[in-house]
Amino acid sequence: MKKAKSFWLFIILAVFVYGLIQFLLTSEVLNPYYQNMFIVMAINIMLAVSLHLVIGITGQFSIGHAGFLAVGAYVSAIFTMKLGLPFPIALLAGGVVAALAGLIVGIPSLRLKGDYLAIATLGFAEIIRIVFLNIEYVGGAAGLQVSHLTTWTSTFIMLVLTILIVVNFTNSRHGRACIAIRENEIAADAMGINTTYYKVIAFAIGSLLAGIAGGLYSHNFYIIQPTNFGFLKSFDILIIVVLGGLGSLSGSVIAAILLTVISTFLQDYPETRMIIYSLVLVFVMIFRPKGLMGTREITEFFGLGKWKSSKGGN
Amino acid sequence: MAGQSLLQIKNAGIQFGGLKAVSGFNMEINQGELIGLIGPNGAGKTTSFNLLTGVYVPTEGDISFNGERLNGLAPYQVTRKGISRTFQNIRLFNELSVLDNVKVAYHSLAKHSIISSILRLPSHFAGEKEMEEKSLEFLKIFQLDRFKDEKAKNLPYGQQRRLEIARALAAGPKLLLLDEPAAGMNPQETHELMELIAFIRNQFNLTILLIEHDMQLVMGICERIYVLDHGQQIANGTPEEIRNNPKVIEAYLGEEVHSDHA
Repeated sequence: MKKAKSFWLFIILAVFVYGLIQFLLTSEVLNPYYQNMFIVMAINIMLAVSLHLVIGITGQFSIGHAGFLAVGAYVSAIFTMKLGLPFPIALLAGGVVAALAGLIVGIPSLRLKGDYLAIATLGFAEIIRIVFLNIEYVGGAAGLQVSHLTTWTSTFIMLVLTILIVVNFTNSRHGRACIAIRENEIAADAMGINTTYYKVIAFAIGSLLAGIAGGLYSHNFYIIQPTNFGFLKSFDILIIVVLGGLGSLSGSVIAAILLTVISTFLQDYPETRMIIYSLVLVFVMIFRPKGLMGTREITEFFGLGKWKSSKGGN
Repeated sequence: MAGQSLLQIKNAGIQFGGLKAVSGFNMEINQGELIGLIGPNGAGKTTSFNLLTGVYVPTEGDISFNGERLNGLAPYQVTRKGISRTFQNIRLFNELSVLDNVKVAYHSLAKHSIISSILRLPSHFAGEKEMEEKSLEFLKIFQLDRFKDEKAKNLPYGQQRRLEIARALAAGPKLLLLDEPAAGMNPQETHELMELIAFIRNQFNLTILLIEHDMQLVMGICERIYVLDHGQQIANGTPEEIRNNPKVIEAYLGEEVHSDHA
């Protein structure tokens, strides 16, 4: 019964957050500038949560997440701009193609471990970026013009779906298998878990969600260029996950909110922006070396059971 | 007592570059037996476990289990055929709860799909409920149920060993491999472990192969013993035969020195 209760609490909380922000925006307490901040924040949360599944849950250190963001961004932009299809279909297509790209990248590279996997994923992400750079159809280095279709509502719906998918996957035998791989791959293998299969699956789901986030990302700007998806973007996402605490979904969410707010407010001080941003990261790592939340979930502080817990189980 | 032949290892061996870690390893285990595998440090005991469980692929010989050839299968496939193991250095899923550790082992016996879990279909709830109940049963048998929500890493050492055996059993093996289950235990704990092994053997109709240094344990419960030294099998037989075998004594204590002074 506990799990059903926390599921509905999550839905109520989501509706409340949506309603509150929608109210603040429509009543013009917050000006439209903030609407963009909330969209960027939601996209960052989606990216962080999708990478959390790969790094935090399955323990595979991938630092090429921007590559899948790029696939989703470009594919969905092609669907709306070149093929004239509706935005929801474009989002879905971006996600599916990104998941396929995840499979193609994941199957060879997930045989590698640790540093080697990190380098391989970084390399693949750069390959994806350079492929888009050299395709005239999507504008090459000049970029592709995209209409502004992303709304706060569509972004928020996708955000809620992303969190539900990751939480439901994590709290099942499949998620436990992934955590077992993170904790001890040899033992997981000896317990009958097909480790390669689950690593690839987690990677593909992570890529799917990053691809959907990519569709929202591209339609939130008027133009997308390959330079938006360089390795610095991958590191931005990685920083959110590490800062939130590896293995903690709520940590990723909190860190994404925090870092988006900080970088939005720092835009008024372009000279010192990166210095302050970096100092925040340094201080968090000094005082909370395991990230803001460690491996714990926010629900544990309120005794809401383990519904959002990364530790599996219901 | 002894039933049909369950495991046959014929001339199995593995070579790492120029080093023959194990060679010409023969073993036959019948249904229901409790077999010991002993030998001095570095004799190749754990290596033969790794050959058996698919961690290493044998470079020579044949391993067949229940009539099926195991050579070249991945560890998870070997486990699904019915061989499960514990490790010399405990390998629990430290950050998972005690209950979840057992659930992971029960993983391949459950059938609900990823889609059903993401959409929270009825088959997900039914599957998870069954896993939970079965896993709790295993914890009760091992008297670990009071720790079920504790993280595995927080258990005392002796309980971690018990949990590892419980987890191995939850994978539903016909043959259980125990790699030094009594390592680091005091005599009292070793005694409890011996009783536990005898108990699970009857309870689950198991065949057990164990590596052990504690001679009291090996001689006390094993029906037959295989002895390895320098990657070669040097003896096999009943505990009594092994105790008096000159080759075994030599391997453990060294050659008799013929001194000049009388």
